[in-house]
Amino acid sequence: MSGGQMAAIQRQIMWNRLIAVVEEQAQIMIRTAFSTTVREAGDLSAGIFDLQGRMMAQAVTGTPGHVNSMAEAVGHFLAKFPAAAMKPGDHYITNDPWLGTGHLHDLTVVTPAFRNGAIVGLFANTAHVIDVGGLGIGPEGRSVYEEGLYIPIVKCFDQGAPNETFFDFIRVGSRLPVELEGDVYSLCACNDAGAKRLVEMMDEFGMDSLDPLAGFIFESSMRATVAEIAKLGRGTFSAEISSDGYDEPVTLRGAMTILDDAIEVDFAGTSGLSQRGINVPPAYTRAYACFGIKVVVAPEIPNNWASLLPFRMVIPEGCILNAPRPYPVSVRHVIGHLIPDLVMGCLHQVVPDRVAAEGASCLWNPPMRGGASVSGQARGNKPVVSDFEIITFNSGGTGARRTLDGLDATAFPSGVRTMPVEATENVSPLVFWRKELREGSGGAGLTRGGFGQVMEVGTKGELEYAVNATFDRIANAPRGRDGGLDGAPGAVRLKSGKVLRPKGFQVIPDGDRLILELPGGGGMGEPVARDPALVARDVRDGLVSVAAARDLYRVAVDGLGVLDEAATARLRAGG
Amino acid sequence: MASARLAVDIGGTFTDLALEHGGRRTTAKVLTTPSAPEQGVMEGVRAILAQAGLAPSDIAILIHGTTLATNAVIERKGARTALVTTQGFRDVLAMGNESRYDQYDLNITLPQPLVPRHLRLAVAERLDNTGKVLLPLDEAGVRALVPVLKRHAVESVAVGFLHSFVNPAHEKRAAEILAAELPGVPVSLSCEVSPEMREWERFSTTAANAYVQPLMARYLTKLAAELKGMGLDAPVFLMLSGGGLTTIETACRFPIRLVESGPAGGAIFSAHVAKECGLNAVLSFDMGGTTAKICLIDDFKPQTSRTFEVARVGRFRKGSGLPLRIPVIEMVEIGAGGGSLAHVDSLGRIGVGPESAGAMPGPACYGRGGTKPAVTDANLVLGRYDPARFAGGAMTLHEGPAKVALGEHVGAKLGLAPEMAALAVVEMVDENMSNAARVHAIESGKGYDGRTMIAFGGGGPVHGFRVAEKIGIDRVLVPSGAGVGSAIGFLRAPVGYEVVRSLYQRFRSFDVAAVNGLLDDMVREAEEVVAAGSFGAPTTQSRIAFMRYVGQGHEIPVALPARTLVADDVAAIRAAYDVEYSRFYDRPVPGSDVEIMSYAVVVATVAEAAPSVAAVPGRSEATAVRVQRVRDSVTGEVADWAIYDRASLSPGAVLAGPAIVAEDETSTLVGAGWTASVTAQGYIELVRGAR
Repeated sequence: MSGGQMAAIQRQIMWNRLIAVVEEQAQIMIRTAFSTTVREAGDLSAGIFDLQGRMMAQAVTGTPGHVNSMAEAVGHFLAKFPAAAMKPGDHYITNDPWLGTGHLHDLTVVTPAFRNGAIVGLFANTAHVIDVGGLGIGPEGRSVYEEGLYIPIVKCFDQGAPNETFFDFIRVGSRLPVELEGDVYSLCACNDAGAKRLVEMMDEFGMDSLDPLAGFIFESSMRATVAEIAKLGRGTFSAEISSDGYDEPVTLRGAMTILDDAIEVDFAGTSGLSQRGINVPPAYTRAYACFGIKVVVAPEIPNNWASLLPFRMVIPEGCILNAPRPYPVSVRHVIGHLIPDLVMGCLHQVVPDRVAAEGASCLWNPPMRGGASVSGQARGNKPVVSDFEIITFNSGGTGARRTLDGLDATAFPSGVRTMPVEATENVSPLVFWRKELREGSGGAGLTRGGFGQVMEVGTKGELEYAVNATFDRIANAPRGRDGGLDGAPGAVRLKSGKVLRPKGFQVIPDGDRLILELPGGGGMGEPVARDPALVARDVRDGLVSVAAARDLYRVAVDGLGVLDEAATARLRAGG
Repeated sequence: MASARLAVDIGGTFTDLALEHGGRRTTAKVLTTPSAPEQGVMEGVRAILAQAGLAPSDIAILIHGTTLATNAVIERKGARTALVTTQGFRDVLAMGNESRYDQYDLNITLPQPLVPRHLRLAVAERLDNTGKVLLPLDEAGVRALVPVLKRHAVESVAVGFLHSFVNPAHEKRAAEILAAELPGVPVSLSCEVSPEMREWERFSTTAANAYVQPLMARYLTKLAAELKGMGLDAPVFLMLSGGGLTTIETACRFPIRLVESGPAGGAIFSAHVAKECGLNAVLSFDMGGTTAKICLIDDFKPQTSRTFEVARVGRFRKGSGLPLRIPVIEMVEIGAGGGSLAHVDSLGRIGVGPESAGAMPGPACYGRGGTKPAVTDANLVLGRYDPARFAGGAMTLHEGPAKVALGEHVGAKLGLAPEMAALAVVEMVDENMSNAARVHAIESGKGYDGRTMIAFGGGGPVHGFRVAEKIGIDRVLVPSGAGVGSAIGFLRAPVGYEVVRSLYQRFRSFDVAAVNGLLDDMVREAEEVVAAGSFGAPTTQSRIAFMRYVGQGHEIPVALPARTLVADDVAAIRAAYDVEYSRFYDRPVPGSDVEIMSYAVVVATVAEAAPSVAAVPGRSEATAVRVQRVRDSVTGEVADWAIYDRASLSPGAVLAGPAIVAEDETSTLVGAGWTASVTAQGYIELVRGAR
């Protein structure tokens, strides 16, 4: 009896260990990476796969956009380089948007793990690097060919030896060759560390193969996921959401069908492809749709092949969520980040208490560039700012939750972090004059949407530079739910007043500055039901105006945040 | 003449005391008195003096550590604090790094800043990254804040401007104006509290310093007066989170540096044991009632760091607390202790902690009404404790409720008998601690080969051997006096101070003169602080540069020679960096320049030499007092394990596992395949695979 019980306990310990192994893999990447996007922002993911390319475990550290796009990628690597032919010390790489995670800036590296001379598993990771040449990150490309270096699935290390031809190509093809090469080294090193840990684990537990453990993980995960789905009501639930698009609005539509053992989303009715780089490759659509469902339906179940399997996506050809090669896809996240709001719109009809209102959702990441590549040729003797190429990650407010306000200036659904202003100013001639919460931007409600933020950016000497705008939710504000009001829409302009386009390459002239007003999250529930003390606190903090308190919340409060309870009662009774 | 040394460590529940006098050690524990902590201290001091037969005037030095500052932050009981900051950056404390510490929990809450928005006040001023003034300080704007500060009855002010660590002029001028207008209100400057790049961390540290300052200053002043009143005239030193000691005066200025003093004492205790036993590669493993703390100690020095998070709202989750950038002893703390509760999740996976049974009701086996299974319940059901001897016999453990709890909350859900559920819980908590230890080693660029574990705290000696097996350690040492380890550690700490400053440079253009100038200033500052408490004792100095490849995110500490640098040193420093980097990450990156972010200088009194110990008289087989039925957590088999009484074992005694060495404070488990012997110091040494 105790033998069978011991084996059951052992399997649990091994699963736990496997998750620790991939977490170590991710931590090493963060510590060794060169691109700020990885080390400061955490735009990465890491996982372990069986020899069939099925993901067994994924690090919790990382961002959802890579969830099952990286998982799908490993299958593509195996199709080109079968596991049987892999050698110790090999590392394989690609940035193919259709074989990896959706744009050329994401490198995916796959590394075989060997034990006693036999291949036992595969490690993969994905990281967003700062520069791969081309136009630079932004929506302006009209095909993927313009968007940068295109790396097919190749060996970057062959039995431990660097593929010098590969490294030669990437060095000359990037504006930041040292960072790019360093990042490739870092990705390979972190897979190596994972492989080493895996072998130690297999030795300790006397495992000859990962297959029995994989079977146990997949069976448990599938059963638990299906059990969560079974708790939901059956039916088909539809929702839609709009993006500003590049030059015309884009509408995403989803019809979610909840089956006995699966959830299927059909994106029929979604707008067609764009001429510019906001198109979304299907793997990225699946990643964010899956994340949006999972975070509501089964948040505690770890990501693996089986726990993701019951979430199925039907993405019609020709729609913006199923971009074929060679459509441009550089900033596919601008549309992709709206997908969780879309699927939560469907789930709101099933489990209204478990979803959030819409948030700013799309990151406001201005790729900024200056110096010779912007103003070098035409300036004559006028001073030019020193050369720089940088992107910073910034977030608006998240949507209100059923019992909690939205989070202020916080990334969702993306899992990235921002960088300190002091650090950014240390590696570029930029000067940030303002980066603080945007007053009045959170959608009113019983629970309030999170506040967005305002940024004001110039350069040293107030010299010209350029932004490759990739912003959204300017014409389409984050919507509230159940009577909650919309969050404030975003805005992009010059300090001198001129309104800029939400997307595309634009120059900030000498003496002027870029102003970004990031959206606030939508509210949830009727504003007049909100606790007046919370409204008073927001007024005291200068985040909600006295007028908004009176008009939207029907709360009487003075400018210092002192609540007039009697007057509030009268206001609310009068409504 | 006064010659006794006294240490007092105020913890959440107990105030621990340790006194050394003429080669004798006395220890005592009294209850902490949270509303007026000095009362507990005074009571403890009186008790331990009586116990040792000494008078207050016999005390030559008193060393003190306290969780008071930490608790004030966790419980939000600090001063009403304002932050004066650069216009446009009012919300740095609230925005943090704009991320969620848990990607899959829609309902997380983030830690609220210590300073609410209406007290975060902006003034016009701006420096660039080189310290050049882009916008002069609006002095009238600073004065205009005074009525606001008065209206809100602000008790403490923090000042944090962008890039002030490069050029402190604006912060210092603002402080002058505020000090003149607001006498009696302390002002904390970010350029003094934490002069390093990264505005969120620097402002957060400065705000926290301001937040606890009035409280700590009041407490320390009162304590000093009461001690004097009882005739204890000795100098009082405070334990710093970085492992050194400082004067009351410095502690009143920078109280935030006291936050982790208790755990720091534990690590110093371990370091001293390591030195006594000549162990230069150690893993310190301190497992208590609610958490386990893991710290690496090389060459008798605990690892140090400059980042720390306090008051985590997300159950020990990284990123869910307030960041502090101060010198700390680097350790990981995870929610795994004797009181940690076990549960089964929707996938049928066993989880242990971080929820804890606490002292009330405690684990089910305490028989105080607890119904959920804790780690202590699992250990009891495996047969690892003598139910009558737990905590020195102060409490009888009840196996019945423990079995019921394990059966109901774990066994029934997984088809496991209660005994096997107990095994699963113990294996899982050991696995969790091992995983944390492994990640910690990676983050530190270290391994466990050849390392010795020093296990203490109530749970350390129970779980030590198994955690050691899991991470590949073959030697475990269980010192004596482990119940008040932190207080004993205080007695071993040097009087020392660490100064950290940022000075950004690329290696290719390394400016030797500028670095020498900076280091000289830093040495002077550290020496001044130390001189106040060292009474002319000899000091040592260490200098560290924090370096990385240009563009990388994490710096590696590289030791510099403790003298004026000359041009020839530059190549050697660069070579030392490559060696360190390869040690961390296997291969250096070709063709990359290296940048230096900041420097640290530590000045400290020379640590006392470890006492020489008489050689072990010779090995002798120890005699068991009885046997006990114990289930082996590795094999699942039940067998008779020999039980030994620690108090009756003398140096040289040897015994073979599986066995248990019982004592009042804890039990040392000697797993199958391990051999235990008693060292000359009376410590238990476990060795795997040797006999």
